[in-house]
Amino acid sequence: MLLDHHQFRQRHIGPNRQEQQEMLDYVGAESLADLMEKALPEAIHYRGGSTLPEPLSEDEALDRLREIAGKNRITQSFIGLGYYGTRTPGVIKRNVLENPSWYTAYTPYQPEISQGRLEAIINFQTVVTDLTGMKTANASMLDESTAVVEAMMIAKRSADSESNVFFVDSDIYPQTKQLLEHRAEPLGIVIQYFDAAKIEELNQECFGAVIQYPGASGRIIDFDNLFAKVHEFGGLAIATADLMALTVLKPPGEAGADVVCGTTQRFGVPMGFGGPHAGYLAVRDRLERTMPGRLVGVSVDAEGAPAYRLTLQTREQHIRREKATSNICTAQVLLAVMAGMYAVYHGPKDLKAIAMEIHSKAAALANVLGEVGIKIQHESFFDTIRLVDVDAKKFFDAARHKDLTLLMVDESTIGISVDESTSWAHLAELANVFGARVPKPEDATDRLRNHRTSGYLEHPVFNSYHSETAMLRYLKKLADFDYALDRGMIPLGSCTMKLNSVTEMEAVTWPEFANLHPFAPREDVTGYLELIDELVSWLSDITGYEAISLQPNAGSQGELAGLLAIRGYHRSRGDFQRNVCVIPSSAHGTNAASAVLAGMEVVVVACDEDGNVDVADLKIKITEAGDTLAALMITYPSTHGVFEEAVVEICDLVHAAGGQVYIDGANTNAVVGYAKFGEFGGDVSHLNLHKTFCIPHGGGGPGVGPVVAREHLRPFLPGHSLAQVDLGSYGPVSAAPFGSPSILPISWAYIQMMGPSGLMDATAVAVLSANYVAKKLSDAFPLLYTGKNGMVAHEAVIDIRPLQKDAGISNDDVAKRLVDYGFHAPTMSFPVAGTLMIEPTESEPKPELDRFISAMLAIRAEAQKVEDGEWPRDNNPLVNAPHTANHLTSEWDHPYSREEAVFPTDAQRKSKYWPPVRRIDGAFGDRNLTCTCPPIESFAKS
Amino acid sequence: MANPDHLQYTKEHEWVLIDGDTATIGITRYAADALGEIVYVDLPKVGSSTSHMKICGEIESTKSVGELYAPMDGEVIEANTSLDAAPDTVNADPFGEGWLIKIRYTSLPELLSAAEYDAFTGE
Repeated sequence: MLLDHHQFRQRHIGPNRQEQQEMLDYVGAESLADLMEKALPEAIHYRGGSTLPEPLSEDEALDRLREIAGKNRITQSFIGLGYYGTRTPGVIKRNVLENPSWYTAYTPYQPEISQGRLEAIINFQTVVTDLTGMKTANASMLDESTAVVEAMMIAKRSADSESNVFFVDSDIYPQTKQLLEHRAEPLGIVIQYFDAAKIEELNQECFGAVIQYPGASGRIIDFDNLFAKVHEFGGLAIATADLMALTVLKPPGEAGADVVCGTTQRFGVPMGFGGPHAGYLAVRDRLERTMPGRLVGVSVDAEGAPAYRLTLQTREQHIRREKATSNICTAQVLLAVMAGMYAVYHGPKDLKAIAMEIHSKAAALANVLGEVGIKIQHESFFDTIRLVDVDAKKFFDAARHKDLTLLMVDESTIGISVDESTSWAHLAELANVFGARVPKPEDATDRLRNHRTSGYLEHPVFNSYHSETAMLRYLKKLADFDYALDRGMIPLGSCTMKLNSVTEMEAVTWPEFANLHPFAPREDVTGYLELIDELVSWLSDITGYEAISLQPNAGSQGELAGLLAIRGYHRSRGDFQRNVCVIPSSAHGTNAASAVLAGMEVVVVACDEDGNVDVADLKIKITEAGDTLAALMITYPSTHGVFEEAVVEICDLVHAAGGQVYIDGANTNAVVGYAKFGEFGGDVSHLNLHKTFCIPHGGGGPGVGPVVAREHLRPFLPGHSLAQVDLGSYGPVSAAPFGSPSILPISWAYIQMMGPSGLMDATAVAVLSANYVAKKLSDAFPLLYTGKNGMVAHEAVIDIRPLQKDAGISNDDVAKRLVDYGFHAPTMSFPVAGTLMIEPTESEPKPELDRFISAMLAIRAEAQKVEDGEWPRDNNPLVNAPHTANHLTSEWDHPYSREEAVFPTDAQRKSKYWPPVRRIDGAFGDRNLTCTCPPIESFAKS
Repeated sequence: MANPDHLQYTKEHEWVLIDGDTATIGITRYAADALGEIVYVDLPKVGSSTSHMKICGEIESTKSVGELYAPMDGEVIEANTSLDAAPDTVNADPFGEGWLIKIRYTSLPELLSAAEYDAFTGE
C-alpha cells in the first residue's frame, strides 16, 4: 500500500482526513464535495474534467525540475541594460533568501511584530538615499522600468508646468522606453526623446525629464545644467541611476534632481531571467507625500522608545482609490532586504572597492581593445563600453563559442558590461575574441568622470557586521523580532497565507534558474520557456481562460494589464468612447487606482446590506454609462468572503451592454477546481501566484500577478520587443518579458505536486477551515456576511464594532492582544471599518485553528470584563497590548497581573513570542517623518 | 461640541468667517474628529484662485485623506503656514488656531447657519 505521506497534498493540507471529518460534522456537511455543493452557487459550479497532470511526489517533481533546469544554458553575461551578474554572499542567501523567517512573513502592517524586517527595509532606504543623495527613499519598487514610470507620474502631479510633455533620454534602456510609451498613452502624456548630452534638445516646456545614469551605452553625462533647464521649464528632473556606479560617481541628488530611481539588483540579487529584484525610488524634500508604494519610518512606542512602522499610508491607492495617481500597493521586500544586507555586509569601503574593480576591468578591457584599433564609443564610462564600427555578428558569435554573451546593439555595434562576477579570466577570453592581448589590472586607467566626493553609509549599521559571524547574528536577531509563518498562523483575510513548501522553493536558487539575463538568447532559455509553457497551460485549465501573460510582477500590475487589454480591445473596434469602469463600493482600492491609470473613469456601484453587488443599482449605472461602458471590475468570491449568487447575471448584464468583465482573482483560492472565471462570465482576470499558488509573500513582495483572458483579448496582453518568443506587439507592463521568472518554479511545483484532485481538496479544505472558524466564533463575534446555506467562502468577516460600542475595545486592541496570545492579527478594517477578516487557508493544522479560536474567545471574555467594569476602559490587557518583556519588568500599575499580560495561556510559559516594542504611535511618525536609519543614541534607554 | 454661532458652514464640513471682502476658512470639529489624528495639511498657494466646490487642498490623517473644497470663488490671500509644523492644531482648535486659508472672495454662495449645520450633522 502506498504511504499516504508520499502524496504532497498530505503535507500541504493541514487537517488530516479524520480532522477534516470532525470539522465537516461541525459545520454540517457530509464530505468535502457536499460542503462545496452547499457553499458554491450551482450556476458557477464547474463539473467538467481537468487536463492537469497527475501529481508527482516531491522527489519526482524535483527530478523533473532538474531536467527542465538542465535545458537552460548559463554563459557569462556582458549584456548589461540594468541586469548584472552579482555575488550573493552565502550568509545572505542562506539566512534571508532561503530562510522562512524572512520569506514567509507578510507586509508589515502589524509593526510591533515586524521590527526586524522594518529595520532591514530602513537599512535599504538609507542605502538608496545615501547613494543617490536624496532625502527620502521608499521601501522598493517592482523593477527599474516601472520605477521610472512612477517617477514620471510624480512629476506629472507635482510639476508647476501644466504641459503634457515628458522628455526621455534616448540613451535610456530599451525596456524602459517601451514601458514609458505604453503607460503614457492612456494618460495623454507625450514622450519626447532627446540626446541628454545636447542640452539644446531640451527645447520646450515639459512637466519633467528623465536621464539614464550612466546611459545604456555606458555614457556618463553632466547633468547640472540639464536639471537646471528642466526646472526653468517648470518640470521635475529625474535620473534613473545605477547604485553601484553611484559609489564612485557624483549622485544626481547633489545636482538638484527631484526624483532618482533605478534597480538594486546587482546588490547581491541574482538576475533570475528578469526578476524578482528590488527597484528603488527616492525623492527630494517635500515630495515625500507624492511617492508611491510603501515607506518605512521611525516613530515611537507607548514607552517613547523608537520603533519602526509603515508611514504615510494615506498616500496609498487602497485609501485614495479613484483619486490615486499610482496603483503600486506592494514592494519587493525580500529582495530589498537582500540588497540592503549586501550593503550592510560589505560596508562603504568594500562597496567602493567592488565598484572600482568593476571599473578597472572595464577600463583595462577598453584599453587593450583600443590597442588593436577597436573604436570605443565613449571616452568616459563606468562598467559598460560600446564598440562601434565592428562586425557585430561575427564577434557576438565568436564570444558565444566561449560561453560569453555580449550585447549586439545593431549590426556594427557591440555592448560589453562588466560586473562583479566578471573575472580576469573571462576578460582574457573576451580580449582573445577581438584579437587583443590579455588585459591585466595594470592596464586599467581612470575612465570615470563626475567623481564622487561625498561620503555615504556612515551609519554604524553599515560598519559593524563585516565578519560572517557578526552578520549571521545580526540577521538572526532581526528575524527573531518578527512573526512569520514559521511561528504560527497568519490568518490575514484576502492574503492566503498558506504553506510555501521547501520543495517548491528549492529550485529558485539553482544557478540554471538564478543566473540568466532576461534578454539572453533564446537557445539559452529553453528550460525556462518549457516551464513557462507548462505553467501557462495549467493556469489556463484552472481558470478557463485561453490567453495568459506571466509578465505582471504584482497583482496590481496584473489589474493594470487586464484593464489596458480591455482598453485596447475596445479601441481596436473603434469604440474609443468606452472608458467607464464600474467598480463595487466593496472593491479593494487598488481596483479603482488601476482603472484610472488605464485611462478609465471610475463609476461606483453600491453593495446591498449583505455585501453583494446591488443588481438594481448596477442596472442603473450600466444604463447611465450607455455606450461609454468599458468594464465591470468585480472580485470573486467577493471581498466580503462570500460566493455571490448573482455573479452570472451580473456578467450577462455587462456583456449585453457591450462591456467587458474583469474578475479580480485575489480570492482564487476559494474556487480552484470548482469554478472557472472564464467559464462563468469573465473576460479577463489576474491571479496572485503569491497567494493561491504558494509563492511566499517575502515580507511584502515579491509577487507575481499573471493576467489571464479570453481569446479575443490575447492581442492586447503585455508584449515585449526583447522577448525570446513572440509576445505580440502590445506594450509591456514590466521591465522583463516574463516578469519575475525565477520564482515561477514555486507555482509550477505546487500544481505539479498537488494534481487536479489535490488542488480541489485544497480549495475545499480552505472553505471548510473558514467555515469552521467562523461558526466556532459566531456566538462571540457577529459574522458580518454569509452566502448560501449560511456559509462563507474561504474567509470570514467578524464584527468588532459592538465591542467598541460596549467596552471601548477596538479591532486594533483585539489585533494587538492576539500578539500576546502568539498570533498575527487577521486583516483589519477591510472591507468594512471596525471588522476583522479571517482567512485560515487549507494549510493550517486543526490544532492551530483551535488554538486561534480559543485565543479569540478568551479575548472576547477579557473584553467582557471591561464591559462589566471589572477592568477600566483605559487600563486593561487589550488596550495595553502587546506586552513586552521590558514593560513587564518596569513599574506595574495595571489592574491585571503580569501573568495575565504575557501568559494568557499556560502553553506560552514554555514557548512565547515576545514582541520587541509596545504599541506604536502612528501619528507621531507621520508628523515627524524620518525614513533613514536613526542615530544609535536614539535607542539609549530613556 | 457646539458649532459657534458667529460662523457660517458648508455641507463639506467647513466653517467660514466673513470679514469685509475676506473669508477665513477652516474645518469643523465634526470633520476634524471624523478624520482623526491629522498629520499633514496641504493648502493652496497664496495668490492661487479658487472656484466654488473645486478641490483646493487636502487634509491627511493617519487613516484617511480629506479634501478641502473651496467654499467660494476668489483668491487665496493667506494660508496658515503654522500647520506645516503642527498639523494637530486642526484637531485641538479647529475653529481658532487651526484655521486653514483666507480667501478674498468674488462671490458668496449660500452658507448654512450654525443651527442649520447642527441639523445637517444630526447634532
